Amino acid sequence: MPMKLSPEQEAILNGEKGETFAKVMKTLVMYGEAFGAEKMVPVTSRYGHLVTSFGLSVMKPVYALMDKLIQGGAISQQKFTVDPQPLDKNVPANFLQNIFFKVMYSKQGEYNAQLEKLGIFDADSYSCTCYMDEAGNIPQPGEVLSWAESSAVVYANSVLGARCNRNSGIIELFGSIAGAVPYFGLLTDEGRKAPWIVEVRTSKKPEAQILGSAIGMKVMEDVPYIKGLDKWLGVRLDQAARDYLKDMGAASASNGAVGLYHVENLTPEAKTLGEGLILPGAKTYVIDDAELERVKAGYPCIWKDPGAKPKLAFIGCPHLSQAQLIDWTQKLSAALDKAGRSSVAIPVVFTAAPKVIREFEKTPQAERLRRLGVALSYICPLMYMNNPLCGKMPVITNSNKLRTYTSAKYLTDAEILAKISGEAI
Amino acid sequence: MKTFKGRVVVAGEVTAEAAVTKAGFNTLASFQKALMFGDKTAKCSDQNNADLYGKPMAGKALCLPQTIGSTTGGMVLFCAAELGQQPACLLFSKPIDSLAAAGAILAGVWSVNSMPTVDTLGDEFLDYVKSGMKVSVAKDGTVSVE
Repeated sequence: MPMKLSPEQEAILNGEKGETFAKVMKTLVMYGEAFGAEKMVPVTSRYGHLVTSFGLSVMKPVYALMDKLIQGGAISQQKFTVDPQPLDKNVPANFLQNIFFKVMYSKQGEYNAQLEKLGIFDADSYSCTCYMDEAGNIPQPGEVLSWAESSAVVYANSVLGARCNRNSGIIELFGSIAGAVPYFGLLTDEGRKAPWIVEVRTSKKPEAQILGSAIGMKVMEDVPYIKGLDKWLGVRLDQAARDYLKDMGAASASNGAVGLYHVENLTPEAKTLGEGLILPGAKTYVIDDAELERVKAGYPCIWKDPGAKPKLAFIGCPHLSQAQLIDWTQKLSAALDKAGRSSVAIPVVFTAAPKVIREFEKTPQAERLRRLGVALSYICPLMYMNNPLCGKMPVITNSNKLRTYTSAKYLTDAEILAKISGEAI
Repeated sequence: MKTFKGRVVVAGEVTAEAAVTKAGFNTLASFQKALMFGDKTAKCSDQNNADLYGKPMAGKALCLPQTIGSTTGGMVLFCAAELGQQPACLLFSKPIDSLAAAGAILAGVWSVNSMPTVDTLGDEFLDYVKSGMKVSVAKDGTVSVE
């Protein structure tokens, strides 16, 4: 059924604001009609968030499209934040890698300039965790968003109670340009109900990144209602719970396609609506210790030598919160003391949003982290890894998202701590 | 020959050899190396996809349940289309997901290299079609497999 548009939307579709605007609207209309949307609804959040942050030379079609938008006056109606930048001289790289990065991301300067014209909030607005207090793009419950970035969308929906579909890059910008998005899926009450019940029956707090991975692989794009996790996280969305859910959600969104989850007694809609969120006939997935072990054992290691000594460790995909930066600094310091070392055994990079790093730098932990030899960066580890030189390096990470998209090997927090402190090298 | 009837997302007619994945198709992980290194055959680089890893996707009838992973997915499909590395068509057994729909529609509206796209072909379609089979797509969403 054709979507019912407002007179203004109809006029745009018919070319009143030019051909480019008309094509933006046509794209959104076709996108909505593919999902049975009957109307467009206004974007009500203050800010948008874009997934495309990288000036990758091979993504020329995207930059050409951005130029068309700018020339056609199709500019975002709201300021937006963007995913992390791909380059940072603080991150260890050899001579050849640096040359490769320059070639690979040769469009970065031009693309950043395009983002300025299109409406980026400011030059420090590059992070996948735009919703951190320091970063300031924090939607309110019930607000309608036009965001992309799978980890940010799942967080905004699940932890903040905002409403956003898993929009693709470019589509999210089109929604911010039009100021409206098609009404379907996770924007609707019905679309936020769960056809899956996940029962967590582990003997200890499950590793967030493996739990999220298991859920994502099982439910794919469906909404899960998770029971038993409040036993380990409590019933308050404090910083620790939010950080856990950030990491779990990112894994569920990259290992599957989860855009929303509910955690019983913890996340906003589960607290207010409870089991009313579960659809009749919902399937059940039980996750116990053995299931988590099975999932982890299934991760392929594509290193040429699976037993190679790691040459680099990335911690912070998605970007770390300030509390996580402090926690990792303290854990690492203690582990190094125990191992009789003063600095890390292999190069280590912690990543966080520029504005989180700025606040962290004001704490004594920042100097402590520097003394441990850890590089602190705002980059996207995924962008760093995606080239043949870095791809061949034995890199370890505690991120299931980074594992999924690169050759990096996943280790649990405890395993990676043992490696970088020298205890298990 | 067996025919299946689906819903048209992006209309078009095409005949191509099938490339089949039974698992969710991670668009970014699958296309990133091909895009990065200009591989015109677009060999799948998703290490987690046992069905397609290392196999060409450009010009194939990509048969899949749905796509998963990064929200760059639609943009990646659009780039593949603009760079001439796109599948000949996208054939989904399940209702299309938002990222794949975005990619197919972006290519349809903004690129000369459109990818006819049909969804809800049913589980039986994905059970029947095998990589290498000849697949024809009609404008009304009828898919013939031989």
